[in-house]
Amino acid sequence: MSSIEDILKDRILVLDGAMGTMLQAYKFTEEDYRGERFKDYPSSLKGNNDLLSLTQPQAIADIHRKYFEAGADIVETNTFSATTIAMADYDMEFLVDELNEESARLAKEVALEFTKKEPHKPRFVAGSIGPTNKTASLSPDVNKPEYRAITFEELRVAYKQQVEGLIRGGVDILLVETVFDTLNAKAALFAIEEVKEEQSLSIPVMVSGTITDASGRTLSGQTVEAFLTSISHIPLLSVGFNCALGADQLFPYLKRLAHETDVYTSAHPNAGLPNAFGEYDQSAKEMQSQIEEYLSNNLINIIGGCCGTSPEHIRAIANVAKKFKPRNCKTLSTPTEY
Amino acid sequence: MNSEAIKYLRLSGLEPLQIGPDSNFVNIGERTNVTGSRKFARLIREGNYADALEVAKDQVEGGAQILDVNMDEGLLDGKEAMVTFLNLIASEPDIARIPIMIDSSKWEIIEAGLQVVQGKSIVNSISLKEGEAVFKHQAKLIKRYGAAMVVMAFDEDGQADTYQRRIDICKRSYDILVNEINFPPQDIIFDPNIFPVATGMEEHSKNAVDFFNATKWIRTNLPHANVSGGVSNVSFSFRGNIAVREAMHSAFLFHAIKKGMNMGIVNPTMLEIYDEIDPDLLKLVEDVLFNRNDDATERLLDFAETIKDQKKDKSEAVLEWRNQDLQSRITHSLVKGIDAFIIEDVEEARQAVDKPIRVIEGHLMIGMNVVGDLFGSGKMFLPQVVKSARVMKKAVAYLQPFIEAEKDGKQEFAGKILMATVKGDVHDIGKNIVSVVLGCNNYEIVDLGVMVPPERIIETAIKEKVDIIGLSGLITPSLDEMVYVSKELERNNLDVPLIIGGATTSKAHTAVKIAPQYKHTVVHINDASRAVTVVGDLLNENNKAYKAQIREEYEKFSEKFMGRKREKKYRNLEDARSRKFKIDWDSTQITKPKSLGIQVLEDFDLNILQDYIDWSPFFRSWDLHGKYPDILTDEVVGEQATELFKDAKVLLQKVLDEKLLKAKAIFGLFPANTVNDDDIEVRLQDKKEKDTTFTFLSLRQQLEKRDGVPNFALADFIAPKEKGIQDYMGAFCVTTGFGTQELAEQFESDNDDYNSIMIKAIADRLAEAFAEYLHKEVRTTHWGYAKDENLSNTELIKEAYKGIRPAPGYPACPDHLEKVTIWKLLEVEERIGVSLTESLAMWPSASVSGYYFGNKEAKYFGLGKILDDQLKDYAQRRKITEQDARKWLNPNLADS
Repeated sequence: MSSIEDILKDRILVLDGAMGTMLQAYKFTEEDYRGERFKDYPSSLKGNNDLLSLTQPQAIADIHRKYFEAGADIVETNTFSATTIAMADYDMEFLVDELNEESARLAKEVALEFTKKEPHKPRFVAGSIGPTNKTASLSPDVNKPEYRAITFEELRVAYKQQVEGLIRGGVDILLVETVFDTLNAKAALFAIEEVKEEQSLSIPVMVSGTITDASGRTLSGQTVEAFLTSISHIPLLSVGFNCALGADQLFPYLKRLAHETDVYTSAHPNAGLPNAFGEYDQSAKEMQSQIEEYLSNNLINIIGGCCGTSPEHIRAIANVAKKFKPRNCKTLSTPTEY
Repeated sequence: MNSEAIKYLRLSGLEPLQIGPDSNFVNIGERTNVTGSRKFARLIREGNYADALEVAKDQVEGGAQILDVNMDEGLLDGKEAMVTFLNLIASEPDIARIPIMIDSSKWEIIEAGLQVVQGKSIVNSISLKEGEAVFKHQAKLIKRYGAAMVVMAFDEDGQADTYQRRIDICKRSYDILVNEINFPPQDIIFDPNIFPVATGMEEHSKNAVDFFNATKWIRTNLPHANVSGGVSNVSFSFRGNIAVREAMHSAFLFHAIKKGMNMGIVNPTMLEIYDEIDPDLLKLVEDVLFNRNDDATERLLDFAETIKDQKKDKSEAVLEWRNQDLQSRITHSLVKGIDAFIIEDVEEARQAVDKPIRVIEGHLMIGMNVVGDLFGSGKMFLPQVVKSARVMKKAVAYLQPFIEAEKDGKQEFAGKILMATVKGDVHDIGKNIVSVVLGCNNYEIVDLGVMVPPERIIETAIKEKVDIIGLSGLITPSLDEMVYVSKELERNNLDVPLIIGGATTSKAHTAVKIAPQYKHTVVHINDASRAVTVVGDLLNENNKAYKAQIREEYEKFSEKFMGRKREKKYRNLEDARSRKFKIDWDSTQITKPKSLGIQVLEDFDLNILQDYIDWSPFFRSWDLHGKYPDILTDEVVGEQATELFKDAKVLLQKVLDEKLLKAKAIFGLFPANTVNDDDIEVRLQDKKEKDTTFTFLSLRQQLEKRDGVPNFALADFIAPKEKGIQDYMGAFCVTTGFGTQELAEQFESDNDDYNSIMIKAIADRLAEAFAEYLHKEVRTTHWGYAKDENLSNTELIKEAYKGIRPAPGYPACPDHLEKVTIWKLLEVEERIGVSLTESLAMWPSASVSGYYFGNKEAKYFGLGKILDDQLKDYAQRRKITEQDARKWLNPNLADS
């Protein structure tokens, strides 16, 4: 099987779409979330989507399958919030090892099923590493700007545990995504480097930041270029942006990023901006034409969707991505291990 | 890897910094270093981080591109101080903009610093001092944390003090880092040790020249590595002799940069301009630096004696801008809004001119023109301009007695502008802001205050020969009052341009309703920042074209608007009523209030309200648009918002500490039922348990909506009488306005318009907070239908609670006459002293009144436009003439 680095030289790779949006359609109840195993669990579990990898594995596997069928080369594990920090909301810190390993295994199983069917188009699994629900460089208390709800060290420990679980479960890539505070991402990258060193392994790492509004900055206030500078100290497969904005609004920032970096670029924007009811209603066709702008401007190596996107969107994106050559990096450096 | 290719040293704070061959010398700010600045050390020791941050800010404003932070002091917990200070910097976008240099000789402090900066910073420093193992370990971690680093020319045997030791240690360090750790060479910054020269000791004589040569060697032989150093060391032996030190610094830097030193820790206030160094001194200094002759040191020492004490030691914080010429200082004070020096500067200016008025016409106007230009081009923001105006006022107030003494003083203004809040309206924050901004742009303001009748506006306009009339208002009846004023201007044959502003005013209303009444220019201004340009254009000598252009623009706008309006369709009242919002009264939950009747809160503790303040509208009142708290970090207005917020907090604290405002409230909960579709009957039991009935009239939406979407009226949220179900509602009035007027007047008499506006804005916020608080108390306690509610302030602001508290005069019930009913029902004026003006505005203006609806399906909506049939129906129900009804509901009539 060719390595992902090799394939990226040849063509644009397609990432999957939203997990949450797909899960909404199942209208799972509290009981569904609990399953048999947690039926007597003391706290409410509805909304703990990552838990569904254990209690509704069939649904998760089906969603992965639908994205692969739609043309995705890479699916993300259902582990966006599978850290002790985010799981504390449900008193489920103890499950973190299992959640990551099991979600990774689940996705990998489906990926292998497709690779076997279509050996010319190997499928990959990216371990999704979310930002957690706390920020390391912003104070949640206006009156105490020096206060931090989480430290680098706490994040490093939590991320390390997640990364180890994902690797045990067999992910091909680690994806540090939806970075709204660069310091959180730096803690994740630090943890990844530690794990890589301890296990003497080499695994591609993708980083995807989030530009939160029209100011063109991350939530923690960095410009595109400052963000890029702050995460470029370890070898990356790709950098990019996801979430918060639609493809349209993301375009200028992606352009700046593609211009500045010599690693591969990725984007998985939302299906437009939410309407007045908080719903994403951009059609697959509309999103496709906006993504086509990226492609014709030679900005992209890996493309997918975030909130509000469905297999239909990914199919449309995959169809248009086929027609274009991947972005040519300034110095197409395959990341070397230092 | 092609080592010839350029590799940039890339750093970042919130913004990137790229250093490469094409970069100029990078200046590292060094005042935030406890070992280098006594002042900073004292501030940190005292825990005065606020002022310590100011030091950092000054550095950034002074042009520092990287900020060196050092907390190495025996008496300090250096780790904690480093973390606290860096965390605070992270919350100041102005400072956090640039990369940080984490400066410590202790690894644990460095590591703690690395864990709190999101950008790519520089570690200063590590070295081979403790051997290769430690060096490699630290370098590896620094790389993993994502930082660049300074490497000192220091090894197991000590600091490098010769050319050879310098290059040997740097070479050894470089090879380990690049070959063994894979440290990016461009992220290495060597510090080859700047040591003092002219110490009198032979072994020090080559310190400078060795540094120069080592720098050159590093830049030639160690690809991509950078060179830095602390420059002030070189002149250490001349402590106390500022002139010599400054000359040495700049000469040293001049040559070091030529050799390839590309960054350094430099105190810009301790630097002479190279070309301005006394040539005799320069020669002696350079002889010493390059060790050109054996007696160079002695000759420099002799020369130094002759110029000692000629210059004062300005190293400790004489503000640099204070050394500029008088005009620059005055301009600086005005632009920056600093009032500390303005009196002394104005006095100096006064003594330099023949007449005191010349200071205003000259020095101050030059400064204010700079403010005007910056403001006009968007480089200054409203709160800054108001601060400028405060400084200006202080200066003028100081000059006034001198001008009067001269008896010839007549200030030349650019124009005279009448400002008034129209009859029936008491809101003047916006008007005051515009007045201050215009005043600050040299317009004379005739401010008639609030509730100004048209006759007085016209009389004053004629008598004072004003050039422009500005009308302001916030409540909807003011819109009609403005129409009336414009008619009166026409009737009295005035030709003065009319400017319309205020929260409810709009270009549409101005174009459609006001402009047609007055033959001359009428302009709507939606924010104060536009006032200056519009007024400037109107008063321009060649203003004919501009006026014609406005007239045409408004006529077109009006036509377009009228055209668009006709497209909307409405339902007749009967039809709209049949499409009312239907609550299932048999199943809906109705909770009987725990305490029926009326309650009064006297002298309520304002401290409690603090947490309930919604700050976003506060910023809007200053024309700063954005959501709190995001606005504080907004790229465009964040700085101003933060400053404004700081000032607001100070004044708010003063208000709380000294109990300057008085908060009172009255509210009642009553049995109620809807009658005849749109009216709500409320029963008040007096002490003898005798019922009195009051009726609230609600208005119903008539806009044609798609099927299934109801046409709302507030009455829909109360059970109809015929259902036989007892329902309930409430009414309230809160105020925090008592005391505002006195405070505002006091500030005004101190020429402090800024705080005069501020106190009103704060009182308004407190009143809203009080309304929010009381609503919560009613929901959870007095009525008690939401006993278990537990909402944060953000959720309160988002109105995430059950039940609503609409206020007469706002979109759900634009009818101000409803206030009269509330006033009668609760006896508001008698019991808490809040009164209604003839336009039914509340006085004091920092008051909120409204109703409480408790049904969980009750929601806020906007009435929109209504048809004549509802107007007629309403007039009958209200028992007033149709003409009166038309006057009150005018803004909501579809066909007027």
